[in-house]
Amino acid sequence: MRRYFARKIGIYIVAFWFAGTVDFLVPRLMPGDPVQSYLSNFIGANTTVTQYRAMYSAFAKAFGLNVPLWDQYWHFWDGVLHGHMGISISQSSLPVTSVIRGAAIYSLILLVPAIVLAYVLGNRIGAMAARRKVLDNTVLPIGYLFQASPYPWLALAVAFYLGAVAHWFPIGSGYAQNLLPSWTNWHFIVSVMYHWFLPFLTVFLVSFGGWAIGMRSLVIYELETDYARYLRALGASQRLVRRYAYRNAALPQLSGLAIQLGTVIGGNVVAEVVFQYPGLGHLILQAADSQDYFLLMGIFLFIIIGVLVANFVIDIAYVMIDPRTRLAMQGAQA
Amino acid sequence: MSANPGPARAAGSSTPAPVATGSPGEELDELPSAAPAPQGPGERLEKGALAGAQAAPVAPTPTLAAGAPAVRLGRQRWEFLHYALRNRKLVFGFSVELVFVLAAIFGPLAAPYSSAGDSSSAGVPLKDQCAAFFCASGMTTHPSAHHLLGMTYFGGDVLSIMLYSLRETYLVGFLGALFAGIIGLALGFTAGWRGGWLDDILQLFTNVVITMPALVLLIVIGAYVKIHSPLFEGIFIGATSWPWVARAVRAQTFTLRERDFVDLARLSGKGGVSIVLKDIAPNMASYLFLVFILLFSSSMLLSVSYDFLGLGPTNVVSLGDMMNSAMLWSALNLKAWWWFIPPGAAMALIVFGLLISNIGLDEVFNPKLRES
Amino acid sequence: MSLKVDNLRITYRTLRGDVKAVDGVSFSVSDGEIMGLAGESGCGKSTLGNSLVFLEGRMRHLGGRAELDGRELPIADTRAMNEYRMRQVSLIPQYAMSALNPTRKFGKMAAELLKSRGVRFATVEEELRRRLGLVGLADNVLNLYPFELSGGMRQRATMVLSTILNPSLLIADEVTSALDVSTQRAVGEMLMEFRERGFVKSMIVITHDMSILAQIADSILVMYAGKLAEKAGSDTVVNNPLHPYTQLLLASLPEVGVRYDTSALVGIPGRPPSLLHPPAGCRFRARCPFAFEKCTEDPPFMELQPGHQVACWKAMKDAGLDIGPAVPPAAAVGEEASR
Repeated sequence: MRRYFARKIGIYIVAFWFAGTVDFLVPRLMPGDPVQSYLSNFIGANTTVTQYRAMYSAFAKAFGLNVPLWDQYWHFWDGVLHGHMGISISQSSLPVTSVIRGAAIYSLILLVPAIVLAYVLGNRIGAMAARRKVLDNTVLPIGYLFQASPYPWLALAVAFYLGAVAHWFPIGSGYAQNLLPSWTNWHFIVSVMYHWFLPFLTVFLVSFGGWAIGMRSLVIYELETDYARYLRALGASQRLVRRYAYRNAALPQLSGLAIQLGTVIGGNVVAEVVFQYPGLGHLILQAADSQDYFLLMGIFLFIIIGVLVANFVIDIAYVMIDPRTRLAMQGAQA
Repeated sequence: MSANPGPARAAGSSTPAPVATGSPGEELDELPSAAPAPQGPGERLEKGALAGAQAAPVAPTPTLAAGAPAVRLGRQRWEFLHYALRNRKLVFGFSVELVFVLAAIFGPLAAPYSSAGDSSSAGVPLKDQCAAFFCASGMTTHPSAHHLLGMTYFGGDVLSIMLYSLRETYLVGFLGALFAGIIGLALGFTAGWRGGWLDDILQLFTNVVITMPALVLLIVIGAYVKIHSPLFEGIFIGATSWPWVARAVRAQTFTLRERDFVDLARLSGKGGVSIVLKDIAPNMASYLFLVFILLFSSSMLLSVSYDFLGLGPTNVVSLGDMMNSAMLWSALNLKAWWWFIPPGAAMALIVFGLLISNIGLDEVFNPKLRES
Repeated sequence: MSLKVDNLRITYRTLRGDVKAVDGVSFSVSDGEIMGLAGESGCGKSTLGNSLVFLEGRMRHLGGRAELDGRELPIADTRAMNEYRMRQVSLIPQYAMSALNPTRKFGKMAAELLKSRGVRFATVEEELRRRLGLVGLADNVLNLYPFELSGGMRQRATMVLSTILNPSLLIADEVTSALDVSTQRAVGEMLMEFRERGFVKSMIVITHDMSILAQIADSILVMYAGKLAEKAGSDTVVNNPLHPYTQLLLASLPEVGVRYDTSALVGIPGRPPSLLHPPAGCRFRARCPFAFEKCTEDPPFMELQPGHQVACWKAMKDAGLDIGPAVPPAAAVGEEASR
């Protein structure tokens, strides 16, 4: 057990290191001078060369760009590990970490329910489709259509038909504009839920079809496996055979969930942008547009951490439901 | 199978393929793939399969079953055609694809409001005005006899813009698939053929990259580097979508490596590269073809999202750009559905067609699936 | 009379058409008999055996009947058949080593299976443990997952589970194929012991391995291309086969009692006919060194000596039977078409 998790955690650490290094290197390796392009936001026509130089070196120092690359790298990790990610210039100079914290809540309440619900319902419906022809003939093409739909289109279509045309739900923003964000205010929370629904629906639809199709095929596959044939030959009830098939099919689906996380997050970014929903996806795009590099780097790392944590949770769940992994691990431990 | 609807894997893009997905020693490295196997690939594929986006998880289903040594190719090709033409999924998918490809190639020539003017018109970013040069007058207009798909806010003819955009999206999708394919094949073959520590390192690298959310990574890169051409967009997309290909190819190579004909090649003193390219790759050809189709779909979808976020090439118009400008210019509030529904629908149909032909091809390549 | 099969016809659906895998087969198995069912792969022996337990999706029952202990088996009605499975007729499948659900402990799977058959696990648990012990499996296999058992252990566990309700007839499909010679013997002995102890009344052992049949079977039924070729007591079949196919099959063995596998059958030149459109007349004709004009007609499955049935014109002629004149080929074709 320990060895298995040690290995997994090893991969996650390397992944985190990789993401951090990308985060660190991309701005430094790319053509152009970030300080210069950053300063161009501030200098006016009457800024003198001396003033400019002074500003340049001040900012270079503030950004820690005035030391050798290795030292910068060292400082970078030191900052990351201590939670100092710098300040966000586009968000009233707040610390990046607190800006992220503010937006992360919105993303989490969007992503977690959407992913879980799409996974659970998709698997259920896929399993049902595997045994009912009528359902199968509808679920399958619809599932493939959803899989084939570009996210922006799904998001726009949801926003248009359920928002702009039907007026069932608002589009744009994460809460009514006349409210101040406060998670203790009941009105605010209701407003958030109301604004939350359409982006949630979009993210849900993004992955739902894939789960249904996947489960359908897996269950059909499982129903053809030797143990299923054997059980039928011994007259076991359909219920028992299906229960086994469903349970065994759930295993690869679960590992698929880990792989799908990145995709769903992509869909989430698009949905947040379409609905102007104040989560991390919306924020990271704003940061990119306004060249708020610290914020950009911070969000990227935060998302990676989120993905890695989710992966770890899935690993644990997998171990709990798959006896093979579990026992193999105990064996390794003994 | 009495109880099942449909052919076993029918749709399965998913279905597990009897391929070796997992491979020796791998169990503890990734979530153990299902066990008994659905043998791997298939299953996971689905989800991603299409990748739905964007990151197709594991491989497609095809099996190696069909892959007998190339000697019988002649007869096989004939058989292939025989089944291909009788496979309704394949015929449907290919027809859809053919229509769109022809539209992309010849569409711009025939576009009702095409060629007029050039992009010199003003310093307004082209994508923002969505190629205002296609236009006639101002304001969005409902679809009509003159403008089959209506007009944009800038009076651009939606149909004409779409025909131009198709090309870009196809191009980026193709380039993305090409680069992802090259990287995935190179790493997969190397890892699968060499094994040992090199395999360990490449697998670690693959496992690491697979956890990176592609779109987010692309946003970060895009923040520093302005993409000026579809080529760059293709490279970036390819650089983030190869991991599942590497995994799948590695697993396949692992199994093929043990086959007799490979031993024979080895005994005859052929070098590793030559064996991989001349003996192993041809035996995976049908499989690789399916992989490419999935990559093509996922690259196009990813590029649409990317362009939609405004990060794509600045000097061309793509389907994603169309939806981007529709959103920026309040097509939602103007209720100008014809501005964003058709480009998205075209994309969805294209990918849908590819997916369906993928399933069809799988059935054709894999004799086992034909039975159903 | 335990099992009586009468003119059974089963097809196997493929994309190219229906394969007539079992084409009008009649035989019987008496109480306490172990009947071997032999033939090349693809001759329909497995389809025949499996059809008596479970018709898989692609198998179709075209006609004929099977009667077990005086009651007709509703072969074509998979639901009605459920009642008979495991209790009256049971199966040790070809894939016995992978027949257990990989994510359930063996004991739990057995309990759930029995429960779904309306049997309380507690009532048979004691007996299950006893029989597991009999085949050399310790009690604790009930608490183990299949992947914790070796292939041979899984197979034995499957054998015990299949027979726990004391079925009247057991179909053992290629149970020895994947094993090495000494294990084959042990499994063969287990099957015999199952019969001695009354776990099963009679048994059909499907295999392409004549040597194992020589060891355990009371009688041997040889199939060729969907039809019966020869049936007799196993000594008779091994020492005095009358059908040229059986003779060649045995001749391709280095020596009875030594294992051969399918590749050895290459010893018989030619290949069996396609069962999509089987030729009229004796199906072994094209490969038979003794074929003559009469062989364009379907040979009847005749009892030439007491307890020894053969479907071969030459054998009948040698036995001194009047087989009548050869029908000209054209007429034979006409007859075929008119059917």
